[in-house]
Amino acid sequence: MTATPVRKVAANSTVRHFLSRVAFAVIMTIVGVLFALPMVWLVLAPFDATPSLSLSWPDWTLDNFARLAENPYALRSIGNSLLLGIGTMIIVVVLGALAAYAMSRIRIPGRDGILYALLLLSSIVTGTAAMVPTFQIITQLGLINSYVGVLLVLAGGILPTVIFILKDFMDSIPKSYEESARLYGAGPFRILRDVVAPIARPGLAFISIWTIVQVWGNFLVPFILLRSPDMQPAAVLMYTFYTESGQADLRLISAFALLFSAPVLIIYFVVNRRYGFRFHGGIKS
Amino acid sequence: MTTSTTTPAGSAIAPRRRRADDVAGLGKVRAGIFVAPALILIGIFLLFPAVWTIWLGMTDYRLTGLQAASPEFVGLDNYVEALTDPSFWNSLWLTLVFVLFSGIIGQTLIGFGLAWSVRNIHGWTKGLIEGLVLAAWVIPASVASFLWLVLLDRRSGTINGLLGTEGAAWLIDHPMESIIIFNIWVGTAFSMQLFSSALSAVPPSQIESAKMVGASGWQQLRDVIVPNIKGHILTNTLLITLWTFNTFTPYLVTAGGPNGKTEILSVYIYETAIPGGQLGLGAAISLIMLLINLVIALAYVRVSKGRNKR
Repeated sequence: MTATPVRKVAANSTVRHFLSRVAFAVIMTIVGVLFALPMVWLVLAPFDATPSLSLSWPDWTLDNFARLAENPYALRSIGNSLLLGIGTMIIVVVLGALAAYAMSRIRIPGRDGILYALLLLSSIVTGTAAMVPTFQIITQLGLINSYVGVLLVLAGGILPTVIFILKDFMDSIPKSYEESARLYGAGPFRILRDVVAPIARPGLAFISIWTIVQVWGNFLVPFILLRSPDMQPAAVLMYTFYTESGQADLRLISAFALLFSAPVLIIYFVVNRRYGFRFHGGIKS
Repeated sequence: MTTSTTTPAGSAIAPRRRRADDVAGLGKVRAGIFVAPALILIGIFLLFPAVWTIWLGMTDYRLTGLQAASPEFVGLDNYVEALTDPSFWNSLWLTLVFVLFSGIIGQTLIGFGLAWSVRNIHGWTKGLIEGLVLAAWVIPASVASFLWLVLLDRRSGTINGLLGTEGAAWLIDHPMESIIIFNIWVGTAFSMQLFSSALSAVPPSQIESAKMVGASGWQQLRDVIVPNIKGHILTNTLLITLWTFNTFTPYLVTAGGPNGKTEILSVYIYETAIPGGQLGLGAAISLIMLLINLVIALAYVRVSKGRNKR
């Protein structure tokens, strides 16, 4: 039992330790670069007078955005995205709040089971797995190529999660508030509007933002349900921009890509900063 | 409060508590009216499609032609056709490869690696790395896919410039690898965030004592960290599997091509049903996809139930 073999082993393991750390650092650096590259293009190319497909330091200009402002299709598609986002948000928040409130305040047998089953269902019946029946139902209802169809399909898919989250918020509202409101003679609608809604505002705000983010990025539903080019939201137009136009106009597309991504990026990082990472758990499809 | 439950007045408390449940004076009928619109919407656009797929999959429904006006019941023909069609099996195989490499291996390992490497650093490097990964997840899929088309472009893409492989057509020569890496880029944020919070919950005392007895980094990982976050690893794997299995985004990068080499199940259904016009056959494949989703979701329920009990 001399000290030499022990020291040798120790030295050996130090070398191995060092090498594995270097290897780990190298791999993580490559991963980091891979994550950064597309993002750098997204941020720089729109400001380049002559954007190309390869990364380069831009020849700064704002002309690309001016061009974008003149393109009727691009602006209209952003407007369409807003319309779909806000429309879905209104449906989902109003119906979701009503349902969540009633479910929170009235004992329905098997309530939590139903709620959980619905949540589960929404992760099983996804846009991709249900695209054929959804397309067929919307066709039968005569809602193909109409915003109503898109709004209803989007809202139906999002509602279970919304009710699930909002019920949590409603459960945390002390019932004594409603009791005293009732003593003063307020009816249920009044209580919901003037007592519950203001207290549940953080929950309602979270749901509103989350819904808009979901709809803003959704490609599949409008892609299969809308036909007219002038009705398409930005997610679909972006795709047709570079697949059907033949020669891609990089000045226009790069500016459009940034304009379309910026709102969700800003919303996301503001929310993330204030409330921590909350957009999780089946919440991004 | 604690004593009141033991008093004989317990029977008198029960009705009062029941009434306290309905403090807003909603009443069952009004509560039903509140719940109904949401449930109807969910019923028509979520529950009904799932059920209707079963019937639709047993008809020869087509987008155009005679079968569009009056579809006929064909029984299990569509299922037989799908299950005997080599292109269906090819698509299912591609989906498995895609889920395995992009979801289970790629996103989980890279997500864990990122969470592990930033766990002890603070300040701007951590913020930058996490911010970049999160941004990739938040950016709309259409934009993300375009960014990758730019990056991988044959003539002047940045990857070819960096690697010195001028003219390499990644999307034609390595389409599957391309969408796998693309999807890792898009989805890793979830695993990274989940593992970050899991790692921060591992008791530091256990790591300290492992270090004291001279465990190497690898041994610490194997004997302390992994047993501690086993539940998170399972949850992560199941959710990532479900999401990767259902993603349609790779369509935006390769459109299933070249020659169907990236035609994963979601793309295959789309191609069969909508451009291909065979709605009945598409519905049959949809049902197969729904059943696979159901199995993954039930496995997830079991795992999360087991975790809650513990």
